[in-house]
Amino acid sequence: MFAIERYNKAQSVKEAVKLLSADSEAKLIAGGTDVLIRLHGGSKEYRSLVDINGLNDLKKISEEPDKAVRIGSMATFSEIMDSDVVNRRVPVIAEAVGTVGGPQLRNMATMGGNICNGAVSADSAGALLVHEADLEIQGVDGKRVVPVVGFHQGPGRVALKQGDVLVAFRIRPENYKGFGAAYYKYAMRDAMDIATIGCTAAARLDGDKIEALRLAFTVAAPKPIRCEHAEKAAVGKSLSEKTLKAISDTVQKDVKPRDSWRAAKNFRLHIIRTLTQRVVRQAIERAGGKF
Amino acid sequence: MQKNITCTINGKQYFLSVDVVQSLLDTLRDLGITSVKEGCGVGECGACTVLMDNVPVDSCITLAVWADGKNIRTVEGESRDGQLSRVQQAYVDAGAVQCGFCTPGLIMTTTAFIEKHKDCKVSREEIRKGHAGNLCRCTGYETIINAVEICLEDSE
Repeated sequence: MFAIERYNKAQSVKEAVKLLSADSEAKLIAGGTDVLIRLHGGSKEYRSLVDINGLNDLKKISEEPDKAVRIGSMATFSEIMDSDVVNRRVPVIAEAVGTVGGPQLRNMATMGGNICNGAVSADSAGALLVHEADLEIQGVDGKRVVPVVGFHQGPGRVALKQGDVLVAFRIRPENYKGFGAAYYKYAMRDAMDIATIGCTAAARLDGDKIEALRLAFTVAAPKPIRCEHAEKAAVGKSLSEKTLKAISDTVQKDVKPRDSWRAAKNFRLHIIRTLTQRVVRQAIERAGGKF
Repeated sequence: MQKNITCTINGKQYFLSVDVVQSLLDTLRDLGITSVKEGCGVGECGACTVLMDNVPVDSCITLAVWADGKNIRTVEGESRDGQLSRVQQAYVDAGAVQCGFCTPGLIMTTTAFIEKHKDCKVSREEIRKGHAGNLCRCTGYETIINAVEICLEDSE
């Protein structure tokens, strides 16, 4: 039994927006893999629900005429993993969402939910940050597009207002073409676990030099982050152990890990430095670089 | 809040009135379909796995109203005329059943897994990954993986 007090099933995004704005307590339920667990635990926060689970239009994954990859917010992790377009254009997204929970969970959980719940450990967040995805949001005042970089505001907090519904993710070709990318989830178990640290890197090369590096971490700060200092330290550098070391030394300026029962701060810092080298190297190799 | 839904469960059509606070697990057990077990109740253990339109889901974190228009399969519907399904028989042959609590959920996961992988070469590691959402505290998993391998060999 779930502690649901008010429930409305939306037949369209427009109706969902209307239902959400009519009730200040109303929250969206998508795949339910977070919301129903909270309700199972008796949470009052989700007692009023607007259900968008049946909105199949939001599941579509496609390549647009301008070569942008568009992933509907209600596409499940399994659908994303199996998508030909995603595997061809932005494979790190498929790689990242394949590390979430287990198969049953991935069959229900959506990437829209993973981003909108503001989880600091969201496995899809890093891949979307390095590919600088645009978020299409339908709100009371119509449609708007906001970048995923800056969308996360703190633990469980994102830049959404009451009445907003995330419709789709859009990755423009300039944000994936020529990039090699990789994700590593450091966790205690190989499955059914939450990341202790998640590291995503995307690199683009100019000959044997790094032209651009994009580095993102989850659980390394109170929200998923990009690493500005480390990224700058990589630009124009040659492919060497020395470069990797320089990037991982600089990354400490970007992160702010905390002590928790999962891992101590110092241990997290150690993992962050180690993963920076490992994942940046893998991203470079996938971009065609050789060390 | 009652809602009327229509769904197929193990080949039989049902017209049900379900409360929105109910999980699919609650609804199935109320119908006497008790192979579907509540283990953790939060989508960690897979003891409540059923197939919804042939896709394995944790019925404990699936709203009953989401079954509307769907085809639900549980282990009760897998045998035919007293004959165990191929997957059920493989679990018996491999000795993959001990206390049995996780078995109905695992059988459904394997059933979907072999359907999805029937024409591909699958490693033991891939079998593990495909069954990572079902916990078993007795077998140590080796015999379960053996059972899945038997099913995959059959289909070759």
